[in-house]
Amino acid sequence: MAAHLKKRVYEEFTKVVQQQHEDLSSKKLRLTKPSKSAALHVDLCKATSPADALQYLLQFARKPVEVESVEGVVRILLEHYYKENDASVRLKIASLLGLLSKTAGFSPDCIVDDAINTLQNEKSHQVLAQLLDTLLVIGTKLTENPSVRMRLVEVACKHLTDSSHGVRNKCLQLIGCLGPVEKGVAKEGESQAAKDVQKIIGDHFNDQDPRVRTAAIKAMLQLHERGLKLQQAIYGQACKLLADDYEQVRSAAVQLIWVLSQLYPESIVPIPSSNEEIRLVDDAFGKICHMVSDGSWVVRVQAAKLLGSMQQVSSHFLEQTLDKKLMSDLRRKRTAHERAKELYSSGEFSSGRKWGDDAPKEEIDTGAVNLIESGACGAFVHGLEDEMYEVRIAAVEALCMLAQSSPAFAEKCLDFLVDMFNDEIEEVRLQSIHTMRKISNNITLREDQLDTVLAVLEDSSRDIREALHELLCCTNVSTKEGIHLALVELLKNLTKYPTDRESIWKCLKFLGSRHPTLVLPLVPELLSTHPFFDTPEPDMDDPAYIAVLVLIFNAAKSCPTMPALFSDHTFRHYAYLRDSLSHLVPPLRLPGRKLVSSPVSPSITPHEDPSQQFLHQSLERVYNLQHLDPQGIQELLEFTIRDLQRLGELQSELAGMADFTATYLQCQLLLIKALQEKLWNVAAPLYLKQNALASAAAKQILEETYKMEFMYSGVESRQVVIIHHMRLQAKALQLIVTARTTRGVEPLFGMCEKFLQEVDSFQRCFISELPHMQGSFVDKLLDLMPRLVTSKPSEVVKILQTTLRQSTFLHLPLPEQLHRATANIIEPTGESDNPLRFTSGLVVALDVDATLEHVQDPQGTVKVQVLYPDGQAQIIHPKPADFRNPGPGRHRLITQVYLSHTAWTEPCQIEVRLLLAYNSNRSKASAKILKSTWSESLETLPQSESGIEGTIPFSKPVKVYIMPKPARR
Amino acid sequence: LVCVCLCPGAGQDVGRSCILVSIAGKNVMLDCGMHMGYNDDRRFPDFSYITQNGRLTDFLDCVIISHFHLDHCGALPYFSEMVGYDGPIYMTHPTKAICPILLEDYRKITVDKKGEINFFTSQMIKDCMKKVVAVHLHQTVQVDEELEIKAYYAGHVLGAAMFQIKVGCESVVYTGDYNMTPDRHLGAAWIDKCRPDLLISESTYATTIRDSKRCRERDFLKKVHETVERGGKVLIPVFALGRAQELCILLETFWERMNLKAPIYFSTGLTEKANHYYKLFITWTNQKIRKTFVQRNMFEFKHIKAFDRAFADNPGPMVVFATPGMLHAGQSLQIFKKWAGNEKNMVIMPGYCVQGTVGHKILSGQRKLEMEGRQILEVKMQVEYMSFSAHADAKGIMQLIRQAEPRNVLLVHGEAKKMEFLKQKIEQEFHVNCYMPANGETTTIFTNPSIPVDISLGLLKRETAIGLLPDVKKPQLMHGTLIMKDNSFRLVSPEQALKELGLAEHQLRFTCRLHIQDPRKEHETVLRVYNHLKGVLKDYSVQHLPDGSITVESILIQATAHSEDQGTKVLLVSWTYQDEELGSYLTSLLKKGLPPSTS
Repeated sequence: MAAHLKKRVYEEFTKVVQQQHEDLSSKKLRLTKPSKSAALHVDLCKATSPADALQYLLQFARKPVEVESVEGVVRILLEHYYKENDASVRLKIASLLGLLSKTAGFSPDCIVDDAINTLQNEKSHQVLAQLLDTLLVIGTKLTENPSVRMRLVEVACKHLTDSSHGVRNKCLQLIGCLGPVEKGVAKEGESQAAKDVQKIIGDHFNDQDPRVRTAAIKAMLQLHERGLKLQQAIYGQACKLLADDYEQVRSAAVQLIWVLSQLYPESIVPIPSSNEEIRLVDDAFGKICHMVSDGSWVVRVQAAKLLGSMQQVSSHFLEQTLDKKLMSDLRRKRTAHERAKELYSSGEFSSGRKWGDDAPKEEIDTGAVNLIESGACGAFVHGLEDEMYEVRIAAVEALCMLAQSSPAFAEKCLDFLVDMFNDEIEEVRLQSIHTMRKISNNITLREDQLDTVLAVLEDSSRDIREALHELLCCTNVSTKEGIHLALVELLKNLTKYPTDRESIWKCLKFLGSRHPTLVLPLVPELLSTHPFFDTPEPDMDDPAYIAVLVLIFNAAKSCPTMPALFSDHTFRHYAYLRDSLSHLVPPLRLPGRKLVSSPVSPSITPHEDPSQQFLHQSLERVYNLQHLDPQGIQELLEFTIRDLQRLGELQSELAGMADFTATYLQCQLLLIKALQEKLWNVAAPLYLKQNALASAAAKQILEETYKMEFMYSGVESRQVVIIHHMRLQAKALQLIVTARTTRGVEPLFGMCEKFLQEVDSFQRCFISELPHMQGSFVDKLLDLMPRLVTSKPSEVVKILQTTLRQSTFLHLPLPEQLHRATANIIEPTGESDNPLRFTSGLVVALDVDATLEHVQDPQGTVKVQVLYPDGQAQIIHPKPADFRNPGPGRHRLITQVYLSHTAWTEPCQIEVRLLLAYNSNRSKASAKILKSTWSESLETLPQSESGIEGTIPFSKPVKVYIMPKPARR
Repeated sequence: LVCVCLCPGAGQDVGRSCILVSIAGKNVMLDCGMHMGYNDDRRFPDFSYITQNGRLTDFLDCVIISHFHLDHCGALPYFSEMVGYDGPIYMTHPTKAICPILLEDYRKITVDKKGEINFFTSQMIKDCMKKVVAVHLHQTVQVDEELEIKAYYAGHVLGAAMFQIKVGCESVVYTGDYNMTPDRHLGAAWIDKCRPDLLISESTYATTIRDSKRCRERDFLKKVHETVERGGKVLIPVFALGRAQELCILLETFWERMNLKAPIYFSTGLTEKANHYYKLFITWTNQKIRKTFVQRNMFEFKHIKAFDRAFADNPGPMVVFATPGMLHAGQSLQIFKKWAGNEKNMVIMPGYCVQGTVGHKILSGQRKLEMEGRQILEVKMQVEYMSFSAHADAKGIMQLIRQAEPRNVLLVHGEAKKMEFLKQKIEQEFHVNCYMPANGETTTIFTNPSIPVDISLGLLKRETAIGLLPDVKKPQLMHGTLIMKDNSFRLVSPEQALKELGLAEHQLRFTCRLHIQDPRKEHETVLRVYNHLKGVLKDYSVQHLPDGSITVESILIQATAHSEDQGTKVLLVSWTYQDEELGSYLTSLLKKGLPPSTS
């Protein structure tokens, strides 16, 4: 692997160098090319027909234009524009003008006047619209120039009366994007038009063309986004637009109403056809709710989404959204929810075996029933029942947001959310489970609701089940029956889907620790203890039994009376589980067992400190090693590395930190060992074979540095410098070893040069960090740089060797948080003895399920590698959709890997593992540095830095037994 | 003028849907249903009511069938073959496919089982179907030059549609039966803002607002699941089409989701045939089925298998869908008898049961049933009632009215008392007229038809150039000549009209003399008038010509001294007919006299 990796690295090197050459040559070419504007001019003059000219322009548009020649090109285009009679060519020119003004670095203020002039004599509506679009581009590039903006807005206002919808559309867009937002501008009063953009746009709210109406609303929204405070007066207009015939208008109007409701939540508006008045936000809420039953689903989605963010709404309005008065034959009927609640409160459980259980009771006053209210009635009921799942998801999201801000509403919407657990589309179910989890601190589940929730545990989709486990982790249950029910259902789940084991245990852990008092009365039953008789000892390996124990032990943590109920074997099992599943079983204070971490429960935090201290102490110790003799140094390093590794195993919170430092020390140790090899003292030709250790060490250090750089999340630039420094040392070592072992000088030239380049680039990249590196290898090297550049390779090698020996060991500062990327392949388990049989030449799909922790951007970096017994390796890039993100820092990869091979005589094992691909371009830390110091001249970016790619295996390989059978003829 | 006439059909009554609409001179028959409750002549509508003499084909322009339920299409073969109608019959593709199966089944029961004579034959059904024209959703079908129809999705059952019938600019929407809440296999009814003159809506559930569908589904699934887990058997008596498929889908997806293994069976025969069509008409189903059918057609059931009589005695849990739905005969009753004795088993009645059937008895709580042969059947199994109805409830009806924005609403297919309530609500909420005619009653609705007129582009451009920009909200005055010729209307410029009609142009000029007391000289008076007009008429071009006259646009004003009294000046105002408005304004202005001169 190492060799492979190294090869890859060098391959990349050579590739990069080649690219550089290409780049140079292409630049040269560009310089020798004749000026673009001239060429265009010639082309356009040659064109005999409009079609020809159009062709030229189309070709021209494909290539970018340099900043310097933009203006010239624009002039030529304009010149041609006036001459051209054909509208399509003019249109193309207009669009090209827009495109050109977008060119980075070009300031289009020199062409503003020309562009505006072109508008004057234009007859074609399409060209006009395009020209306005161009003006918009120019305007957006010149936002700092208010006078240009004013002029452009005036031009737009002038063309607002055009008869073509396209032109009006663009005008409104332009006004929306460029209209004056500040009050100061209006005072100058350059023209009537530019004064009140809001009024101008508002006038077009009832344009005859729906597209213009939409554009007007959008322009208004644009103004709002740019910071203009919209007037409340347009609220009435906007409300009227809600009844528009066209969906895009309605959709935009809903947005506008929402914006206004956020701007003026407290102002009072009258209710038409009555004398009452309500707050604007309530009125707007009612109106948007009304749109949830609109005819177009696009509008419905929009409305449902916006409802979620209207948090100032009065609570009784909010509660109405969940209200839908049922009736049957004009008699009031109770909803199923109400009935369930009643049954629950009356103490009776399980419902209606009778027909007419839901028979309507009271008579309704016919006058009082409002079938379609203008209010918020039943908006969510409708939204959640919608036929399009997009609307349902939006409604669930909105419910979630509103419930998060209002506990009372959360309690009310629970029934509806629980109902959504049975939606026909999985996404909706998942979304509602997540929503429920998010609001779980505001709610307590009733037993009947819990029942419905738990029923979903049997779902065949793993995502749903795991989401549900997460939900149960943070749910409040009200009764002990509830806990019992949950446990029973979870155990049922466990028998049906044994793979959920971990997740269920975790779920029970939280369930136990949240409800200790509810678990207490259940303990005898759960442990099946009997007051008089001894019961048989349960099987310790039974996952179901472990699940029960996890629940009980976690409850016992805050319930000191519980251990009294345990039987003897329970204590034994506790000790076993505390050891084997320490993350699930908390330390307990058990009677008669003082040794089991007695001081634990009162103070967990101080307990962590010693280990942290230990970590720092061991590092301190190492930093003094300069003063030790070589032998002592090596021993100290070895001990420290061992300590750190052990610490990492014991303290999972410090694992990342400990591993990181251990790796660093390991590198140092290798370096020291390599330098102390006897080979340096022996004459060159004799030790050809003895260099194995040194070169191997160099390779390993390189590898480790890549791991350090890319496998840990939270690495800061200070660490990156040190890692790079270590890598540089390794490269120096490599150079020395090669110089020693190869005869002849020619290959050395190249190597030396490359090395010096690297030193150079290191200096440039980390110039800000150099002062911290007093006495280090690179520091000394840079002092000697002038000498190195001029001297022969053999001398360079000599210098390097001495500097390497004399350089001091750099302190590795530790960042706040450091986590090592880890991956754990859950599936395939690698335990199966049954080979996966398939016909050779065809493919077989292997399900891979893995959890990833602390991987940044897993979609881009994580790969699956399959190693066949013949040494053939295959790397598979999983689809981005295969990664799920169940929590911060955690990812889950569920994918399928396709295997294929020629026929084998007998089954054999293949290895599946996960790789972390890296590319130093992508490395965040270095990018940050480069940006800060080299932002102006990115082109001079050190090429050797940017192209290193490779992979690091970061999961244990899993063996899969496969058997490709020969195809039957 | 839209005139609606109801055959003895679905006035204030459910069943036997049949409505006759005459709209702008076109006669359309909507649905041709039968009444399930009668076995005599009353089961079919009284078609003699349509025309006393003369053939139906001459009178009716087309017949539209909204969906395949027998109370909407049951009388069709009788109507077309026995009464005699040869015109086009419109229905959607699924309806056309499934309708004959149901008709044939109905015929078999009536003729073969009950032994009736004088009923339509299989051949008649086939012949009738040949007259059917199938339409797609949202496809505008031109029945003849003026009459066009368009189908909208209605939910309810597979292929159910609402129809818009349009003649010129008058239109009627007939909903048939529809459902505004989606279910497991169908979507919700949808219509655009077509603003018909009349919306004819069903009103089966005029006074009901239903609970969310999910609660009912969940209850249903929970009950089935619990019973199956206990090892019991579940019997679900259903009618062959519609609800049966919905429940199948519901159970099938639930089985899939929960990984259940217990077998589900459905009785063979009609359902099997119908399932075949459900598989074909995927585009008519709901979003979920439409989206997933690429992977798997939801109607290709994985867990649901065909039932065999012998399976009923198999041990272990199972779920069986059996026909008919009211447990009055057939397979469902046989299975019921077998399973009734075990309290682990369960029967779920998914719909309404008519009085007198076994279904009704057990639902009303009877535990001992007397079967034929005097034997007593003790019912120990659990009995559940679960209503799955696919009609729009009161809220749904209101929602549809809101979507379509009709000018008038007419309620049919419901009970009078309930309709009364809904009518009142509709009038109150939407401020539109609402009607609820009884059987045989005729309702006439007067519309205000707008008549389209072709205008020549030249004229339009000229006129808009004169006036301000066109504004949708305001009517605008324009001059032109209306030519009514060959049943078409055209608005052209006067010159063109003259040319077309071969007439010579005559100028019409109004002249008016006004007397003004002004002792000054003529030209001074003219000057005063000129200044006055110029001050008042700022928007018009007022000119003082060298010959001493004033022109305001094309109006000429001259002043002469009165022959007798030099102090009185006579103003001659002359204008052409086209400038009538301005001219009369000017005269009235001048009549008021000149302002006291400043000079």
